[in-house]
Amino acid sequence: MTWLPIFTRSTEQALSGWPPPVLDPAGPFASSITTLSWILFAMAGAVLALVLAALWVALAGSQRLRSRLGGTRVVWLAGIALPVVVLTALLIYGLSLTRTLRTPPQPSDIRVRVTGEMWWWRVAYLDRAGGVAMMDANEIHIPVGRTVTVELESSDIIHSFWVPRLSGKIDMVPGRRNVLRMQADAPGVYAGQCAEYCGGAHALMGFMVVAHDPDDYARFMAARARPAPQPGGQAARGAQLFQDSGCGACHRIAGTEANGLAGPDLSHVGSRRTLGAGILPNNRGTMIGWIGDPQSLKPGNRMPAYSTLPGQDLTAIAAYLETRR
Amino acid sequence: MRIGITLILLLGGCKPPPEGRAAMPGADVQRGRALVQRTGCAACHVIPGIRWPQGRLGPDLTHFARQGMIAGRVPNRPDMLAAFVRNAPALVSGTTMPAMPLNEGEARDVAAYLYTLD
Ligand code: HEC
Ligand SMILES: [Cu+2]
Repeated sequence: MTWLPIFTRSTEQALSGWPPPVLDPAGPFASSITTLSWILFAMAGAVLALVLAALWVALAGSQRLRSRLGGTRVVWLAGIALPVVVLTALLIYGLSLTRTLRTPPQPSDIRVRVTGEMWWWRVAYLDRAGGVAMMDANEIHIPVGRTVTVELESSDIIHSFWVPRLSGKIDMVPGRRNVLRMQADAPGVYAGQCAEYCGGAHALMGFMVVAHDPDDYARFMAARARPAPQPGGQAARGAQLFQDSGCGACHRIAGTEANGLAGPDLSHVGSRRTLGAGILPNNRGTMIGWIGDPQSLKPGNRMPAYSTLPGQDLTAIAAYLETRR
Repeated sequence: MRIGITLILLLGGCKPPPEGRAAMPGADVQRGRALVQRTGCAACHVIPGIRWPQGRLGPDLTHFARQGMIAGRVPNRPDMLAAFVRNAPALVSGTTMPAMPLNEGEARDVAAYLYTLD
């Protein structure tokens, strides 16, 4: 709905933390929710009009109209019968809609598990049997035209997973596994956002869903499954510094000694569109800025600042992380 | 009359650096600002007019236009600045600021924007 400027934001704007566009569906699940939303808006508008009309009759209507409005018949019809019929119909419609959004994984579905963390997203691609096939963070890659079942968990407090253009929104509750299905009809980048207040940096807890053409998706996943090339030159120094500075205590990088789980998986951080959970573009400069002083960018987040590292070292680490694609 | 002229001449001496210093013909300040936002310069710099982020690893750019030097090492001139924002290490070896993903025209827009930070 491009004529609704306040709802429509470009990815660039979404990058700077602004909520992604709503009522602008890009797949079947989001479409049905958008339809429901418009039905609700229309009904709310109709009820408002009805109430205003009744108010006008009560204040300024003729004697005859006013007496009609005053009887108990109006109360029975407009006050009880109408709401019961309309709300029941709406309840059935709404429940059947959310059921299609929440069916458990089908054999043909792509499965992804996303865990809410303060204030980022742990991502695990699952195989058919539900085992973890690949770990990642803050970005989810999906093929176009396929249903993706997202299993949602939380490791601390309640978060909410919301990619407005691809599906509904559902809470991530500690100790529970909620399921949400999503699908994209066209390749592109779709912004997501935590939609349940979860502490200071809640507004800075975003992510990206990247939808690929099926062939492109297969190629992309195959490339990721291959071991990363050995870093050389400056990147090799960066790899050493990464290890010496203790980054690996919190971050995992596949195929290296770094196996920490307290922070986002960095095995593929070089190919992410964003840094800091959807909040910054990803380039050499923002990478250096994040590692050197993440607290100025996302106050209270759980990564310490490394401003004591000399600029040359920050640059080398950034060069190393860029190679992890 | 003579005193008046002398006064004007004297005051003229107090003028800020010549207008030409910050001239960037053909560059677009608005586009520069958008580029600054898109490339995330504010991940390391406080830049007045950009509310978020306000990174603190690099120098604060409030009043940048009044600075005599860039990074304390090269004169703050339009051509220098446009080259610096694009590839800082080429001008100032050892700087933490990396080359940024900007082409030459974009770098001029960014420089023009930075000269509005008075
Ligand atoms: C105490 C644990 C801890 C240590 C040590 C640590 N980090 Fe982090 N790091 C985190 C957490 C937690 C986040 C996520 C912050 C957020 O977005 O809320 C993070 C985020 C990041 C990100 C952004 C990832 C993304 O997908 O956006 C990068 C890059 C990063 N860290 C690099 C490093 C480097 C390099 C070091 C070592 C110099 C390091 N970290 C040390 C905990 C840590
Ligand atoms: Cu939240």
